[in-house]
Order: sequence, then C-alpha cells, then structure tokens
Amino acid sequence: MAEEEKKDFWARFFGSYIWKSIFRVGIPRDRRGRLMQVLSNFFLHLHPVSLPKHAVKLKYTWCMGGLSFFLFIVLTFTGVLLMFYYRPTIEYAYNDVIDLRETTPMGIMREIHRWAAHLMVIAVWFHMFRVFMTGSYKAPREFNWCIGVVLLTFTLLLSFTGYLLPWDQLAIWAITVGSNMAAATPFVGQEGPGVALLSIGNVNLIGRTSDARFLLLGDTSIGAGALLRFYVFHCVFFPLIAVFFMVVHFWRVRKDGGISGPV
Amino acid sequence: MDTLKHVINVLSAPQVSFLAAAIAFFFVFPPTDRFQSWNRRLRLDWLWTVKGGILLHALVIGAFFLSTLDPNFRAIVTKPDNVPIALLLFGTLFFLWLSMKQACDNDARLANDQKPNEYTDPSESKILVWPDLVYIELIAGILCMAALIFWSIALEAPLEEPANPTLSPNPAKAPWYFLGLQEMLVYFDPWLAGVVFPVIIIVGLMSLPYIDTEPGGSGYYSYSDRKLYVSLFMFGWLLLWVYLIIVGAFMRGPNWNFFGPYERWDLHKVVALTNINLSSLIWVKLLNQPLPDNIIIREMFGIAMLGFHFLVIPPLLAMTILKKFYARMGNVKYAVFMFLSMAAVSLPIKMFLRWTINLKYVVAIPGWFNL
Repeated sequence: MAEEEKKDFWARFFGSYIWKSIFRVGIPRDRRGRLMQVLSNFFLHLHPVSLPKHAVKLKYTWCMGGLSFFLFIVLTFTGVLLMFYYRPTIEYAYNDVIDLRETTPMGIMREIHRWAAHLMVIAVWFHMFRVFMTGSYKAPREFNWCIGVVLLTFTLLLSFTGYLLPWDQLAIWAITVGSNMAAATPFVGQEGPGVALLSIGNVNLIGRTSDARFLLLGDTSIGAGALLRFYVFHCVFFPLIAVFFMVVHFWRVRKDGGISGPV
Repeated sequence: MDTLKHVINVLSAPQVSFLAAAIAFFFVFPPTDRFQSWNRRLRLDWLWTVKGGILLHALVIGAFFLSTLDPNFRAIVTKPDNVPIALLLFGTLFFLWLSMKQACDNDARLANDQKPNEYTDPSESKILVWPDLVYIELIAGILCMAALIFWSIALEAPLEEPANPTLSPNPAKAPWYFLGLQEMLVYFDPWLAGVVFPVIIIVGLMSLPYIDTEPGGSGYYSYSDRKLYVSLFMFGWLLLWVYLIIVGAFMRGPNWNFFGPYERWDLHKVVALTNINLSSLIWVKLLNQPLPDNIIIREMFGIAMLGFHFLVIPPLLAMTILKKFYARMGNVKYAVFMFLSMAAVSLPIKMFLRWTINLKYVVAIPGWFNL
C-alpha cells in the first residue's frame, strides 16, 4: 500500500505541470528519450547527442579539456566568494588574506582557489599536448587550435595577475620579475631597444611614466595602482575575454566535425 | 652516498644535463628515418611498452622519494608553490608514456594495413551522450573536486611576509610557469627572453596547423608518419619548457646561481663570471687589435654569424638534405618553418657558447640590439 503511494507520488511529481514546464521531455527510458534529453537541455547542447566509441575513452582524451573547463568554473565560483572578503588596497589586502583562514568555510577557500589555478595551468598544457599528439590540430580544426593557444595565454595571464593579490613578498617580487620584462619591450618599453627612435626633437615619447610597464602597473613600480589594476584584470577583464574565447572554442569543436577521430 | 650525491650534483648542472638530454633526445624521439633506425637498433622504443613504462615510472618516482631523504632536496621540493611542479613532472612523464605507447601501437597497426585503435566502423552504433558521457563528466568532476579539497586541507597556500618593496628576496622568482623564460634571462636580454620569445612561442604554436598540412595522422595517436613535427614539438615542450622550469624552480638559488639537487642554497656561493662579447673575443683576443670605433665594423662577425644562422643555413638545407621537404612545403611555409626551428635551436646554441667560451653577446649594440 505504502509502496504504491510512493510510486504514485513520484509519478505525479514528474508529471506535474511545473516539472514539465522545466523539463520538456520526460524521464528518458529509451533511446529516443535519451536523445531528446540532450537536444532539449541548454547545458547539454554543447554535446552532440551521440559519439563514436573512442571519444568517451579516458585514454584518448585524458579528460583534460573538460577538466580545464571544470577548473575554470571552480575558480570562478571560489573567486567570487573570495571577492566578498578581499579589498584590493595596500592597507587591507594582506590582512584580508590572512583573515580568510577564519572567515571562509574550513579556512580553505583560498587554498582551493590557488591549487585549482595551478591545476588549471597544468590541465591546459596537457590538453594541448593531447590535441597535438592525436594530430587534432589538422584540417578542419586549424583555427580552433589557434583559439586554444589564445586560451592558453589567457590562462597564464589570469594566473599571473592573481599572483599579486595576496600582497606578500612572494607576490610582489614575482610580479616585479615579470613586469620588468614589460619595461624591456622593444619600442614601447622604457628600457627596451628602439625607444630612442620614438622622439620628437629632444622629447622622448616613451618615458618612465608612459611605457608598457606603466600601462600594466599604473605606476613606475609595484604599488597601489598595480594592485588595483591586477585585481580588475584578474576578476573582470581577463575572465570576460577568456569566456568569450571559450564559447567560440566549444562551438567550433562541434562545427569543425566534433571530437577528432580517424577516418 | 655523499660521493654519489656529489656526482649527481655535478651531472645535473645544465652544462652537462642539458647537453646530454639534447643529444639523447633525438634518439628517443627520432625526427628522421635515419634517427629512427638508430632508435630501433638501440631498442629505445622499448620505453613505450608496458614494462618499459613501469620501469620508467619506478625509476623516476623511486629516485624522487629516495632524494627526499636528503634535507637540502626536501627543503626545496616541499615549498608549497613547488608542489605543482612536482605534479607537472610526474604528469608529463605519465602522459608522455601514455601517448607514446598508443602511438607505437597504432604505428604497428598501420604498418600491417590495419586501422588505428581509435577507429570505429561506421556501421557500429554510436555511444549516447546521455547517460554515457554525462556520467563520466560527473565522476571526473567529483574526483577532481575531492582531490582539490584534500590537497587544500593537507597543504596551506603559501603566504610570506607582507609585501616590502625595499627588501628584495634572493632569489626573486617569477611564478613557476614562467621560470623557463626567467632562465632564459641568464642567456638573453629581457626584451628577448620576456617579450620576443613569448611572442615567437605563441605565434609559432598558432602557425603549427598551417605549416604541418600533411593530411594523415589526424584523430589518432601516431608517431612514424609525423615524426618530424612530433619530435620538434617535444623538443620545445620537454627540453625548452618543462626542463627549464625544473631547473629554474629546483636548481636556481641565491643570485640565480646553479645548485645541484642535494646542494645547500649557500648565499655566499661565488661563481666567477667574466662574460665577453664576440666582438672583443675576435678583435682583441684573436686579432690583437683595439675594438674598432665603427659599430658596424666592430660587430660584423656577430652580424655575419646571425645572418648565416637565419639566412644562409635554411636555403642551404633546402638545396641539399631537405630538398624533397622544401619542394613539398613551398617558399612561405618553408621559410616560416625554418625561422621557428632556427629560433628554437638558437637557444641551446647560445647556452652552449656561454658555457664554453663565456660568450655574452653575439651582437652588442647597446640600447639597440643585444643578442
């Protein structure tokens, strides 16, 4: 009796007006239902409805592309949470990071964010390595490989800009090493070759306060300006661009013939 | 034991280890048929069998954990931000083996006129994304998240003293994924190591599918049919990227001096370095003359060397051993391919010249062009 009532409840639940308005197709019980499940779901529409056998094998894909995307989601989620507690100013930044041990669940929100960031860099590299080793950059996927290279660059830029935010010794000196290289950019870096060319009379167009490093740091050395710029780059600007390229990357995977495989 | 450690310290210096790795590399990853026949004769393809893989991993993992008994080694490796590099090292080894094993299996199948392992007969029914793929994604996500949470509980993220612009640490290191570029700073000026090389890497990677337009070898692991490109890619990825990251992270101590894996990072280690430009080397030491005042004349040997490297060698190769390759590629593709290859080769050459004759710059025109 109780059993029947239970069954009845779920049948009514899945058959309800509200449920059916959210999930247009019912519980998939046969091949057609399963196909419809993928076709009618926004989150699954990245996938085709069916795949060749080798495409779901771990030893072919290593899961690395998918994990890169998964880690990006984890990073976005933990990153947004961290933004509630972190203020990108010289007075507060370091202490806010210390306080994260007390203010976040189990004190590991920053740990998850940082280790996931390292892991994403590695996952993206291995994804590229896999795509290279299977020759998947070849026609018709040439352009998508290029988008992948752009995404790799943005992964590194995202990680690099995040490196400054804890505002500790490790952070500012690592970024000092990196941003000094910007000052050495040919023509537009103050210490780079060819700067002397860009002058009108005795006035140099590129100086300490108008070169590539200044653009990056908002100052001639790392300080409040750099911290705010890196924060905005890290939390808003680069993620937006990365998402844009990701959308194109995933769409092109489908449009360029789906996952690669032998013909 | 100490003698053994000392020997390893000496051997791991880039002068020795990089050279040895660079030479051995082309036998392990043969770029041409001739190298491949050597590879077969030396039975090096055994590395990519299951037994070879187990031995390879046992050796590396065993050596790693034995080394952690050494306090100096342990002090460096267990720095929290060095953990990802250890992960990268083992991951690279594993995925390298996994891809090469599948490539060798497929090579054998293709040689027997069989289809590669990845091939599915079109008559076979396909696998449904719901539930087969969605399940895998779910499980992969859960495992990844579990590993992350475990890692985060076990290991605190590094946080040093508050930022102090007046107190620079020694050594000051870039984030670990840029350590290869920082290592290049030893041999090249910042505008090359920090700006030109990254641009060449990005542009080079993007141009790959437009250079390698050979139709076969897409969608399955293979080596023999694509050996030139795989070998060159591996050279860049394993030797010029991963290897240099490991050297930069584990073996570069105070003042960016080299330290063997079991050596203490001694602040006062003094390495006598009197680097000398090619111009002084030739004019002053070889010809016993003062340096000419005219910059172009002073630097003509270096400019000639650069010109020879980038402008003479590629056409020479096109006319001799790469004749067929050149005919297949055409002018533009061949030129881009050669520029990228010669640029990649120029790194080890400059490193080698630094180690042997303490060469500072091939061409030194201060404020303009130091190379």
